[in-house]
Amino acid sequence: MSREQKAVERARKAFLTGRSKPLEHRIRQLKNLQRFLLEREKEIAEAIKKDLNKSEAGTQLYETLGLEGEIILAVKKLAEWVAPRPVEKNLLTISDTVYIQPEPLGVVLIIGAWNYPWAVTIQPLIGAIAAGNAAVVKPSEVCVHTAKVMEDLLPAYIDKELYPVVTGGVSETQELLRQRFDHVFYTGNSMVGKLVMEAAAKHLTPITLELGGKSPCYIDKNCDIPIACRRVTWGKYSNCGQTCIAPDYILCEPSIQGRVLEEIKKSIKAFYTEDPKTCPDYGRIINQRHFKRIMAMTEDSTIAIGGDSDESTCYIAPTVLKDVQVNSKVMQEEIFGPLLPILTVSGVDEAIDFINKGEKPLALYIFSPDDKVIKKVIAETSSGGVLANDCLVHYSVSALPFGGVGNSGMGSYHGKFSFDNLSHLRGCLIKQLKMEGVNDMRYPPHTAKKLFWARFFILKNPDLGFIGRMTLLTIIAVVAAMVLQVRGGRKVCVWGGGW
Amino acid sequence: MTQLQNLLSLVEENEQLIQDALHKDLHKPKFESVLSEIQITLNDLYFAMENLRTWMQPEYNIGKNLATRMDDCFIRREPLGVVLIIGAWNYPLHLILLPLVAAIAAGNCAILKPSEICQATEQLLAELIPKYLSQDCYAVLCGGAEDTKSLLKNKFDHIFYTGSQVVARSILLAAAAHLTPVTLELGGKSPCFIYGHIDIQKAAKRLCWSKFFNTGQSCVAPDYVLCTAQTRDALLPALRETLQTFYGPDPGASPDMGRIVTPRHWRRLMDMLEKSKGKVVIGGESREEDKYIAPTVLVDVLESDALMQEEIFGPILPILTIESLDEGIDYINRQEKPLALYVFSDETSVVTTVLNNTSSGGFCGNDGIVHMALPGLPFGGVGASGMGSYHGRWGFETFSHRRGCMNRSWLLERVNVLRYPPYSDYNLGWLRWATTFKKNSWGGCSVIKILFWVCTGSLKYLSSVPDFY
Repeated sequence: MSREQKAVERARKAFLTGRSKPLEHRIRQLKNLQRFLLEREKEIAEAIKKDLNKSEAGTQLYETLGLEGEIILAVKKLAEWVAPRPVEKNLLTISDTVYIQPEPLGVVLIIGAWNYPWAVTIQPLIGAIAAGNAAVVKPSEVCVHTAKVMEDLLPAYIDKELYPVVTGGVSETQELLRQRFDHVFYTGNSMVGKLVMEAAAKHLTPITLELGGKSPCYIDKNCDIPIACRRVTWGKYSNCGQTCIAPDYILCEPSIQGRVLEEIKKSIKAFYTEDPKTCPDYGRIINQRHFKRIMAMTEDSTIAIGGDSDESTCYIAPTVLKDVQVNSKVMQEEIFGPLLPILTVSGVDEAIDFINKGEKPLALYIFSPDDKVIKKVIAETSSGGVLANDCLVHYSVSALPFGGVGNSGMGSYHGKFSFDNLSHLRGCLIKQLKMEGVNDMRYPPHTAKKLFWARFFILKNPDLGFIGRMTLLTIIAVVAAMVLQVRGGRKVCVWGGGW
Repeated sequence: MTQLQNLLSLVEENEQLIQDALHKDLHKPKFESVLSEIQITLNDLYFAMENLRTWMQPEYNIGKNLATRMDDCFIRREPLGVVLIIGAWNYPLHLILLPLVAAIAAGNCAILKPSEICQATEQLLAELIPKYLSQDCYAVLCGGAEDTKSLLKNKFDHIFYTGSQVVARSILLAAAAHLTPVTLELGGKSPCFIYGHIDIQKAAKRLCWSKFFNTGQSCVAPDYVLCTAQTRDALLPALRETLQTFYGPDPGASPDMGRIVTPRHWRRLMDMLEKSKGKVVIGGESREEDKYIAPTVLVDVLESDALMQEEIFGPILPILTIESLDEGIDYINRQEKPLALYVFSDETSVVTTVLNNTSSGGFCGNDGIVHMALPGLPFGGVGASGMGSYHGRWGFETFSHRRGCMNRSWLLERVNVLRYPPYSDYNLGWLRWATTFKKNSWGGCSVIKILFWVCTGSLKYLSSVPDFY
């Protein structure tokens, strides 16, 4: 049995003991996870620094702050989330108990990504724990040091059988995907997303795919350009552009391109100094392969800002490309790096057409002072999420579902959406064995008269209102009582519950 | 709304034609056609039409943190695009029209692929849909397995499939190539506990009705019974009596008893019955020429029996004897998760124990099938019995993209400064405070609320001062 198989079997065995289900267990594990993030802040920051050259404050801001928020939310709301959810009834079931019961799925596989290795690997884990599942965590092998910290330290805080960390590369991931899970949660790129979905298909396993795409950013000529450009600069160059929801490219009218370039340049200087290479707050490209990929994209476009690079340290300066053409290399795939192309359009209509010609992106950004323009763009396009007048921050609102559509992914999470996504919402109807007179209408031998009554009762009459429903209920009760009496008034066994 | 209204007219104006087609394909009694095909579709249509405006409204009432309190956050439900709906043969009308109602309600276009096994219904749908619904947006494609394979090579924005696990796997694989999300309504062996103190007569009636409805060819039919020997002995006479009342002495002559859909399916069921080591105590008669199998009950059926290896999907009811509830629960948990799970018992503790220790798509206590008629309950499987759900609002959500939208204020740029480089621990501290969901919400404290708004008002004034490099 392979190491991966063993980990999955152990997790399944642990799940079958039922210990991941009680509310107290889930809350305890979540609180332990929170303690881990606080107590091991140093180890986490050091690992990220080695992997991605992120500063300590940067790590907290982009990685662990969000996780802490999610844990606090889950701990506070969990009792409410796990409770049975009542449901609308029809006339025939008015005296029955009807509700939806959220239940754990079983063993979840979480495959993390390298760009925010803590955020995108642990956030689904929070959802999995909250929903009462076991979870096998497979951090990205690209972040070697972070994966090691997870593997070594996490088991000291949370149940190591229920939530094992399995490290490894492509072949280990493939071996994991050969096992049967009850849900697979993958964050990464579309190509691998398809392979994950194919592997999951063999076991009929549902999946969540958090992928990416080219997130467009439309800047209206009437907006406050300095503020817009400051926010775009922050959104683009954080983590050196290696963010699934980074504004990939800008669409604006030619008349403001100059101003936009000017303001972005100012913002870059304010954030990362005259020499971003020496600035501790500016990151690096993850590895040489990606460095080469990104540099190749600059070949057929005009560099307006930045452009310098150093292969030995995987450094690429914050770069802006102007007058970019649709068929240029930089517009063919998600950039995932610190290159910001500007394409000029004649107005919002052309921008919308352009966006709709591409695949549905994970995020869409609109900068405009005019709500009508914002509404128009939202109504005429599709994307995972939308953010007007800023970048990235919609990620931090736990009450918004975070996920893609079409090529940018399927399923969503954050906050309660994580819980629901990793639960089975089981529809439950608990009837009583009384009112059998009413049920008689549905039994054979069938007659036209029975059919008439059956139709009447099953058909909802939503305009009745409360008083109307009560009146009708009284009539039904009287009719049923009469029917029962006529049949000899048999003793009815009452199951406690219902009304 | 117009399209939904037109679909309503389609069903209402062609009831007789629908009943005739269903009778031709499945020998469905009129009662069953009306209740389980026509009425359920009409109900879902009324429900959708009545609630659609509400469902479509952007959802504004969601929690925000302090840093985003001045912003507009809402969730929109948006159409996915072009969806493919593949129907099944056992309820050929509602299994294709209910997903269609949801797809239309959610604003999508749809391709319908009805089951080729029910030819009369398939033809009827192919004829009526273009007459009533927009031909640009909704099309019916008829064909067999090969045609479906070709259809699946195209890119869809969602695929909705009802049918078997084997075919479901190939649909998922085809969908993976385009990263298309899928809803699978499959099946499984839905267990039925009869345990503890119970009115056996009533239980028998409800059990017979849900088992033999549509000749047992329902994805949520109780597949087999689990009960003690004592209960079994009380159950058998009750079942006999009920079947006699329902279908008379010869169910084959009753107009209310259906038939198996095709000779191939009839053969499959007869094979299972012949190979079974259980004892037939009720029924067992069959006729090949009209694909008839009598309502049949077997006892002394073991876990290894031929009838316990796959979903029966026919009018054959095995009874497995258990000594305790735990034994029954263990047995169920050794199998794949079923689409439905039933418990007949007067004892709350029995129902609760089974509910808490098992998993299934849906659950119904003290009755069978009827939980799927409630549009408020999500109808769908889990594990091998499927993924995703529909009916009522659940269908609308299945065929929608839930888009998280945020409209940030231009104001409070001074607060935004906290997040920009150069990073500092001081700024981080403030951001932490502002963005963490508070353990004790102080939304109720009006003094603090007033102070907060005064502060943000001043900040509003201050942030209108430009340029702070």
